[in-house]
Amino acid sequence: MTIFSRRGLIGVGAGGLLVSGCDRLSGSMGANAFVAKAERATYGWQRLIGGQTLAQEFTAADISPIFKANGSTDLKDDDYRRHVDEGFANWRLKIDGLVARPLSLSLADLRRLAARTQITRHDCVEGWSAIGQWTGPQLGPILKAAGLLPTANYVVFHCADNYGGEISKGGAQSTGLYYESVDLADAFHPQTIVATEMNGKPLTVAHGAPCRMRIERQLGYKQAKYVMRIEAVDSFAHMELGKGGYWEDRGYEWYAGI
Amino acid sequence: MASLADTPIDLGADLPSAAPPGRVYTRHGVVTRLCHWINVACIGFLIASGLNIFNAHPSLYWGNFGADADDNRRWFEIGAMDDAAGKAVGITRIGDVHITTTGVLGLNRASNGQLQQQGFPDWLTFPSNRDLATARRWHFFFAWLFILNGLTYLIYGLVTRHLQDEIWPKLKQLAPANLWHDIVSHAKLQFPRGQADKHYHILQRLAYSGMIFVLLPLMIVTGLSMSPGFNAALGGFLPSLFGGRASARSIHFITMDLTIAFIVIHVAMVILAGPYNQLRSMITGRYDVGPEPTARKDRP
Repeated sequence: MTIFSRRGLIGVGAGGLLVSGCDRLSGSMGANAFVAKAERATYGWQRLIGGQTLAQEFTAADISPIFKANGSTDLKDDDYRRHVDEGFANWRLKIDGLVARPLSLSLADLRRLAARTQITRHDCVEGWSAIGQWTGPQLGPILKAAGLLPTANYVVFHCADNYGGEISKGGAQSTGLYYESVDLADAFHPQTIVATEMNGKPLTVAHGAPCRMRIERQLGYKQAKYVMRIEAVDSFAHMELGKGGYWEDRGYEWYAGI
Repeated sequence: MASLADTPIDLGADLPSAAPPGRVYTRHGVVTRLCHWINVACIGFLIASGLNIFNAHPSLYWGNFGADADDNRRWFEIGAMDDAAGKAVGITRIGDVHITTTGVLGLNRASNGQLQQQGFPDWLTFPSNRDLATARRWHFFFAWLFILNGLTYLIYGLVTRHLQDEIWPKLKQLAPANLWHDIVSHAKLQFPRGQADKHYHILQRLAYSGMIFVLLPLMIVTGLSMSPGFNAALGGFLPSLFGGRASARSIHFITMDLTIAFIVIHVAMVILAGPYNQLRSMITGRYDVGPEPTARKDRP
């Protein structure tokens, strides 16, 4: 039996070495920076073959019975609560940054714009997915109306929710305010809409009232809720921790097409 | 009496490399060998990081979608709950079958010894702590390497006709009598020796072809089916092939299980057939087919 216990010990020892070796690897900044380069390959390849093709759209029969509300689902912020109490009558969506004519749109303004309705699947980075119907104006025409300047490379969505909580990677701490960003290819994609309705009803607070983004070719964390301001920028390096989004500042890919 | 120092010692005498000419030959080309070991690294990291990703939502569903409330679509889950006595247990459910997996799946020990509620245990995942963001980055890096390495192997194999001649099953080998003979001799752990061992027999060809042409491509395609960007590029074609995105995720998980099954059998066969000779053939390429069998006892 000694041979078995010895083999067992060797096995456990080798397993332990493997785990600690892996821990050293996953903790190495250099190794992580190197494997992160694959994001560029994914982004470049998907932009190359993707063009302006549409994400799959479904029928009303395919809609999830319960669309999971994730992330922030109830905001305590005083300003936001006042807007909820007022039915968002005094709420304005700002479109500014690198634009010739900054806009300030009321919810009624957004609803007057030509709307697109789409039944699409929301793919969460965690692995679950849900199908819902979204209605709202396309972002592209709004950016054109604001006179997007040629120096703009990205569009940033500033949100009302402070997700706070989770410690960001690398030690530095951000304000915790939720924000997201996309390139102009996704900003002007036909299915990129500022959704004010879900499944035919005004957005609930849990799903991001009064408006949230639908960026249908990317994962759930890009679908910013409680959008207050849309800012055109040349770079997002100066914002928060510089990675272009709340979750990006915490290690997730900026390009969430996979 | 001659001293020991005077005795010529041929260190190679008992090693297979000293075998008579004709017995030792180059079994695997350098491209095959390189691709094999790069593949080992890729599959290892893909499985370990994949299990970490799975832990972010340890449930599988059938259909276009699936989330917490979709009980009717969920067919697999790993979780923890309190038993009748109020004691926490790890439970793995496959369809209607509930298996208590406390200690390994659902409820297991973190590196600090604390019991934690988590799908797969730390010692099986990469990174060992639960970290979806890092696991995804490593998963996609090795997914790219896996695809590029696989394409290199396929193109090399097709051009040199290695795949057509040595991997793809030959029609006459598929004859029931030959299949049965191979199954029986494998069950008895009697492997081909001598010149008969210079070419893969039918069970090896079926296993390797199944991995190279069916299972691993299926793993890649079901993986891509989960990508919203790739789906949009192909108009939803990919997930539709598998009955929807949630189904594709389920099948992706099943292809991993089958790959692990292949690895277990593959490594067991290497050990049973002679690990030194087998491993050497995948490192230096040299392989000793052994002496010709003197009599065939397994055939009348």
